[in-house]
Amino acid sequence: MIKVKINSQEHSWDGDPDLPLLWFLRDEAGLTGTKYGCGQALCGACTVIVDKQAVRACITSVSDVVGREVTTIEGLHPTGDHAVQKAWRQLNVPQCGFCQVGQIMQAAALLMENPKPNHDQIREAMAGNICRCGCYQRIENAVHLASTGV
Amino acid sequence: MNILTNPKKLRGFERYVKVDNVSRRSILKGLGLAGGFVLAAPVMSRPSLAAYQTGADKMPHGTVVDPRVFVSIAPDGMVTIIAHRAEMGTGVRTSLPMIVAEEMEADWSRVRVQQAHGDEVKFGNQDTDGSRSTRHYLMPMRQIGASARTMLEAAAAKRWGVPATEVKAVNHEVVHSASGRRIGFGDLAADAAKESVPSVEGLKLKEPKDFRYLGKGQISMVDLRDITVGAARYGADVRLPGMKYAVIARPPVTGGKVASFDGAEAMKVSGVEKVMEVKGWPWPSKFQPLGGVAVIARNTGAAIKGRDALKIVWDDGANGKYDSVTYRTQLEEAARKPGLVVRKEGDVEAALKGADKVIVGEYYLPHLAHAAMEPPAAVADVKGDKAEIWGPVQSAGGTREDVAKTLGIPEENVTVNVTLLGGGFGRKSKCDFAIEAALLSKELGAPVKVQWTREDDIRNGFLHTVSVERIEAGLDKSGKVTAWRHRSVAPSIASTFAANTVHQAPFELGMGLVDMPFEIANVQCENPAAAAHTRIGWFRSVSNIPRAFAVQSMVAELANATKRDPKDMLLELIGSPRMVKLDSVKDLWNYGEPYDSYPIDTGRLRTVVELVADKGGWGRSVPKGHGLGIAAHRSFVSYIATIVEVAVDDKGKLTVPRVDTAIDCGTYVNPERIQSQIEGAAIMGLSLAKHGSITFKDGKVQQGNFDDFPLLRIDESPLVTNVYIVPPGPDTPPSGVGEPGVPPFAPALINAIFAATGKRIRALPIGKQLEA
Repeated sequence: MIKVKINSQEHSWDGDPDLPLLWFLRDEAGLTGTKYGCGQALCGACTVIVDKQAVRACITSVSDVVGREVTTIEGLHPTGDHAVQKAWRQLNVPQCGFCQVGQIMQAAALLMENPKPNHDQIREAMAGNICRCGCYQRIENAVHLASTGV
Repeated sequence: MNILTNPKKLRGFERYVKVDNVSRRSILKGLGLAGGFVLAAPVMSRPSLAAYQTGADKMPHGTVVDPRVFVSIAPDGMVTIIAHRAEMGTGVRTSLPMIVAEEMEADWSRVRVQQAHGDEVKFGNQDTDGSRSTRHYLMPMRQIGASARTMLEAAAAKRWGVPATEVKAVNHEVVHSASGRRIGFGDLAADAAKESVPSVEGLKLKEPKDFRYLGKGQISMVDLRDITVGAARYGADVRLPGMKYAVIARPPVTGGKVASFDGAEAMKVSGVEKVMEVKGWPWPSKFQPLGGVAVIARNTGAAIKGRDALKIVWDDGANGKYDSVTYRTQLEEAARKPGLVVRKEGDVEAALKGADKVIVGEYYLPHLAHAAMEPPAAVADVKGDKAEIWGPVQSAGGTREDVAKTLGIPEENVTVNVTLLGGGFGRKSKCDFAIEAALLSKELGAPVKVQWTREDDIRNGFLHTVSVERIEAGLDKSGKVTAWRHRSVAPSIASTFAANTVHQAPFELGMGLVDMPFEIANVQCENPAAAAHTRIGWFRSVSNIPRAFAVQSMVAELANATKRDPKDMLLELIGSPRMVKLDSVKDLWNYGEPYDSYPIDTGRLRTVVELVADKGGWGRSVPKGHGLGIAAHRSFVSYIATIVEVAVDDKGKLTVPRVDTAIDCGTYVNPERIQSQIEGAAIMGLSLAKHGSITFKDGKVQQGNFDDFPLLRIDESPLVTNVYIVPPGPDTPPSGVGEPGVPPFAPALINAIFAATGKRIRALPIGKQLEA
């Protein structure tokens, strides 16, 4: 039996300890905000924050996060009003929206580490997150906006 | 009540391939019919937006104009408006209800949007594709809103005992200004529902000057907040009690099938509950599943791990030798010989022979995968002769029909719940994944979610075709183009529906081949034969991508050959402002629209070229290693021109400092979403031009994920994308937005690379071509 802490809540798991965290979150814990996009850490749709780092839940196993604090989009902010979320809404960033949870989690992790990222730092930090609709210009602007106060 | 439906119930191949061949004769006949909403109502002052006709009623089940179907008002005043089209990022789930709210004078903050389930008899056509939603539904939605407003006003007038002409709906209430009385929509709801639905012909539509929302762009998508907090529900997010999770190993070669399989190792994987064969359909399989072996588990991760442990022997079938290298040679050989003539004006053969100079360009575009960020996924719950489906489907009505047919149950017994789509791009117009879920649920007697992995999406999809476009242009001594022969060779989408298809369908020929708008005396378009060896499907912008790439590259090649400015060359070829006559084209598709409402108007094409040249600073001086390219294209009855600025460094690294695009999409609803669609089109255009390539060897797709089928990332994306929207004339009908932005991007980019480096790229993707 494994115990993991997600959004400050403890969950237990008696299945395969190698199960990717992504599927534990989505199918076992019912936290469907985190998305599946590639399964190989190539697209960033499944980005969650573990301790203070953005990680790809699709290549992280449930046993990897034992003793750590996992934050998903559902736990990013109690009312959904994190500066990044507000900036995203203010600039109407999403189109289909599917990748945006991963983008938002990646951006939130970036701002924890670097509260005032410049253009190149934003592009570098966000380069692991694919948006097929092509919202990149707005994503960059929204990260910048979140870093300067919404 | 005025329900306009199309008695035709065409699906599958016929649904798309034969429905839309609108000839001029049939349009004239249509205009002669009494009734319908095509006639401008005399009560209306300008603008007479109702004076245009669209192809909406030629779509399966046509349109339904009935406020009782689309609008309901609760006693507390909350207005619920139905969105009957699928949301995949274009904003349509917001735009169409907003039009209703505008006309009925509802206050948007007291409007709730409810997604329609699949029912085309009730809601009208639901195929969300072809950049049709605003184009076909602007007027019906206005009429629905105006009908609801009229009924509310009539109810208020009765209550006060005053003539209806004295009352007016204003911002969620009806006002009698003479007496100062006012009453809210909620209080009127019950009485208004008893009013008869007014006839469409007598409706008074709002004056555009009184619009609060329409054309303004200040309203965000209704799903915006949900998206940012992770509450937006896509296909894979549906969870039902007792639901099983399934992934399927499908034949790696199109048309292949399972010869034998051994699921013993898969069954040993923790969480795996069952291994079973899934029924497949023989090729060409239309929208039906490919078949294969399913692994059923308690979660998706276990199902994937179980699938990895399957041992399957495949029978590859007839397409086992499909090889992209060989196939490209075949396409090129076909393009160098005469083919089926699909447009002919003058004598191109003689004109090419007599030309002072002939420029030849042969342009290649490989297969592309849609790769929407949400891979296909669907949930089905089949109980006895009833089925309920949840999924990200572009075609809710088509899904309902196909599931019913497959299960052998009446359509009325199938409920299709449309979730948000995590991108569509044409892939989710095909409901094979929903049928798979239904088949498994029926077999297992439990709700089932089928999840496609990214590898499944790349390897087992409905790919964009692969094409060679060959253009020969003859110039006279003065540099004027006198001859234009364009041969287009590509396997047709129709091959997915009908065996032995080797020629393209009218709707493919009509995307940038036979509708080429240049003013040239001798024109011939040909379509040599090409057989398909995989499932070909609609991909955002469809055949317009290779056609615009070829035609607009050739324009710049001609400019170079005659030492002229590419924009001047483009305008010269477009020629005088006129409505292009295409009398030699049989079955001119015109995107399913009547030509009288949506002619090929070269004046509008010129306008977007001139607008983008002006705003985008065409001819401005750029640093060394930079270059500007321009391209223009009409598609989905909209007009677009794009200027791309590139920078290529001495190692061949390509960056895009700036993109400028002008779009004329007629009367528009939400300029903010038009801007976002065009920004996204630049990214998708750059992505396919730089990286996009799906190739086959031994019948199998060689790519599988974003490592070998890369999509554009933020660090490669344009630094600035400017969008200019042409203000519509008072009578300009709405036209497409979702797709038209993509086609001109690649040629503008390639032309810019030529300007920067002198290197002419004729085969996409660019890949490492600049590094040499």
